[in-house]
Amino acid sequence: MAFLDRAARSLFLTELVGGLALTLRYMFKPKVTLNYPYEKGPISSRFRGEHVLRRYANGEERCIACKLCEAVCPALAITIEAEPRDDGSRRTTRYDIDMTKCIYCGLCQEACPVDAVVMGPNFEFSTENREELFYNKQKLLANGDRWEAEIAQNLAAEAPYR
Amino acid sequence: MPKLTIDGIEIEVEPGTSILQACEQLGIEIPRFCYHERLSVPANCRMCLVEMERAPKPVASCAMPCGDGMVVKTNSETVLKARKGVMEFLLINHPLDCPICDQGGECDLQDQAMAYGFDRGRYLENKRAVQDKYMGPVIKTIMTRCIHCTRCVRFINEVAGVPDVGAVNRGEHMEITTFVEKAIGSELSGNLADVCPVGALTHKPYAFTARPWELRKTETIDVLDAVGCNIRVDTRGSEVMRVLPRVNDDINEEWLSDKSRYAYDGLKRQRLDRPYVRKNGKLVPVGWHEAFSAVAAKLKGLPGNRVAAISGDLADVEAQFALKELLGRLGSANLDCRQDGARFDTSVRAGYLFNSGIAGIEKADVILLVGTNPRWEGTLVNARIRKRYLAGNVKIALIGEQKDLTYPYAHIGTGPEVLQQLSDGSHAFSETLRNAKNPLMIVGMGAFQRADGLAVQAAARIVGEVYGMFRDDWAGFNVLHTAAGRVGGIEAGFLPGEGGRDIHGILDGASKGEIDFVYLLGADEIDTAKLGKAFVVYQGHHGDAGAHRADVILPGAAYTEKNAVYVNTEGRPQLARLATFPPGEAREDWKIVRALSEAVGATLPYDTQTQLRQRLMAANPIFAAVGQTTPAAWAPFGAQGPVDAAPFVSPVANFYMTDPISRASVTMANCTEALVGPAQERTGTHG
Repeated sequence: MAFLDRAARSLFLTELVGGLALTLRYMFKPKVTLNYPYEKGPISSRFRGEHVLRRYANGEERCIACKLCEAVCPALAITIEAEPRDDGSRRTTRYDIDMTKCIYCGLCQEACPVDAVVMGPNFEFSTENREELFYNKQKLLANGDRWEAEIAQNLAAEAPYR
Repeated sequence: MPKLTIDGIEIEVEPGTSILQACEQLGIEIPRFCYHERLSVPANCRMCLVEMERAPKPVASCAMPCGDGMVVKTNSETVLKARKGVMEFLLINHPLDCPICDQGGECDLQDQAMAYGFDRGRYLENKRAVQDKYMGPVIKTIMTRCIHCTRCVRFINEVAGVPDVGAVNRGEHMEITTFVEKAIGSELSGNLADVCPVGALTHKPYAFTARPWELRKTETIDVLDAVGCNIRVDTRGSEVMRVLPRVNDDINEEWLSDKSRYAYDGLKRQRLDRPYVRKNGKLVPVGWHEAFSAVAAKLKGLPGNRVAAISGDLADVEAQFALKELLGRLGSANLDCRQDGARFDTSVRAGYLFNSGIAGIEKADVILLVGTNPRWEGTLVNARIRKRYLAGNVKIALIGEQKDLTYPYAHIGTGPEVLQQLSDGSHAFSETLRNAKNPLMIVGMGAFQRADGLAVQAAARIVGEVYGMFRDDWAGFNVLHTAAGRVGGIEAGFLPGEGGRDIHGILDGASKGEIDFVYLLGADEIDTAKLGKAFVVYQGHHGDAGAHRADVILPGAAYTEKNAVYVNTEGRPQLARLATFPPGEAREDWKIVRALSEAVGATLPYDTQTQLRQRLMAANPIFAAVGQTTPAAWAPFGAQGPVDAAPFVSPVANFYMTDPISRASVTMANCTEALVGPAQERTGTHG
């Protein structure tokens, strides 16, 4: 009997037809793929992307050189040097993140007491060489200026859970 | 001997012990802010509350002496609640600015809030804000953080003896202040930041530069004076970030002078980081090989008596010992470690050491200071004398310049003739000395840096003999040196050999053209004009006076950059340890001497520091007892002779700048400007 069954299935091409039917069914279902980079998927407000250093609304940088992010960083990716600024406030003279070392754990933004270092929504920062991934303070502040609107929105959305 | 029970454990303690101290003996931790074991007890922070049976309320354990039959609980519900309450009250007015506070990470309040505090705040009203005070170039104040423990007030009044800091107003309005705006006139002011349990007083030069958790700690010793304070050098990478005292009850207790603490920024400036050779009148950077060949070429065929060496204040024992052996091989006996020109007999150890030990000051009942200003020459020695003064029943007298020493003393003369009057009993102070049980004399370099130094030493010795300072049970004759390298140099034998010239002979010879080659091992305090036309090799770490005159510069290591032995004024050998590496091509000093010996064809017989130290110990066994003093046997020393009636003058004119490191330091320059010399009139150009 098994022989007959197998023979009938190959004679009437049932497997082929079944496969084609499945293809046909998916032709009428909504698409799940995205036409990246023209289309992008939704991102959580907790997404941990590229780091930024934020400023206050008056333009003053938030970072106060407490060095907690440097201390908590498990990959030792952050390097900070600080000294008193001319007005006596505590500021960094150097704030470097080695993005090739970073493991995107997000502990730095959790440690930050003033929400200065934040991992923004940007994940498209690939570069052509390693050197460009050694971020300095200037680059991080520029990132902050660029992404401030999105980051402020994300932080506001997360505020009830912090 | 009261016997009491603490947490169910019975303990018998000395009468007068407080409950807190008894708990410490048992290893029970009691949180505290205002209590400090070396200061008086005010009991005003209330953090150390414990429960005691038959007491109506919790008692402050720091101020409650143990009594017989007391039953104390340190962990009961009441105690925990009391601590929590005290902590909450302290935090009412303490700002939450730990992230920008320099004390963050090593703050008593932070730690104890974590351990004993409540985990959320209930205080929503406005906090108190206090104006910051100016306390001089080394102490930064953020007075809003003050919790009114008054440790600083007690430290400056008791230990430092300079009543410049106090508290005004009461309760919440209490403020720690200097009363009028001025720098604290104490050489111990850096300790204020150490005793402060919060971040109200912090170190100005260290402000915002580092966090305690990122520093590598190296336990070493200080060499900027001859006291040999124990210190901890904190480094990050290749940079010294700060210097803190270590506890050593025999030497510095737990204090440190401002120079030793803040001169570290001098280690980064004016450094010699590569060898130089003078060509056509200009110093040109060269390699080690070329520098050595220049020295070797000069030494070739030069008779030994035309070669000389002088070692400086910061030279370590190994380098001096190696250089001494090198000069011996070159046939020269012209060497001296007393670059300041002091004349004293070095044949008897008792004649140049601080025989009683610094801790021994506390046993003295009469203290005679001769030609010294201990406040500037040995700040921690002075602090010890003040501690003795506070303990009471002591008479202090001074022969020499009248200075504010932070304790009252009788000024009984200015010159060496007073010593002679004391020895024949004709002076009014003789009676006091005769009745003393443990008389103590401290002779400073001001008494020896004169043409009649040897006679003064002999005169001082005779005073010591007459009044029983050389007894089997009491050594009261002390010499206070000013340089960390001096006693080490003497013990290592860096002294004129047979027929050799001393420092005066070397300088005379060089200016007359009788000496053609002078090796300066970090010697900067000599009159370089007297070196005449001699070929000068300077080995050291800073571009100071010696390096300016040099024909060849060999870059050495500063005290934080080498493993080396130093001997303090008590004759106590101590180890300095490498905290950072020397900059550039600079090397450890003994290695330079060893390498040079090979270049000049007189190779020294050691390749490692261990071999060198073994040879050193064979030459002088005192180096084997690191950290210990070897008692010096008494024998007559000095040379009796006529003394000059000229008054003694202290060799330290500016406490904050005595050596190449402190002269290169910006902080020390600020201190000099603020605290030394006549206050300058501010003119329009001062801004």
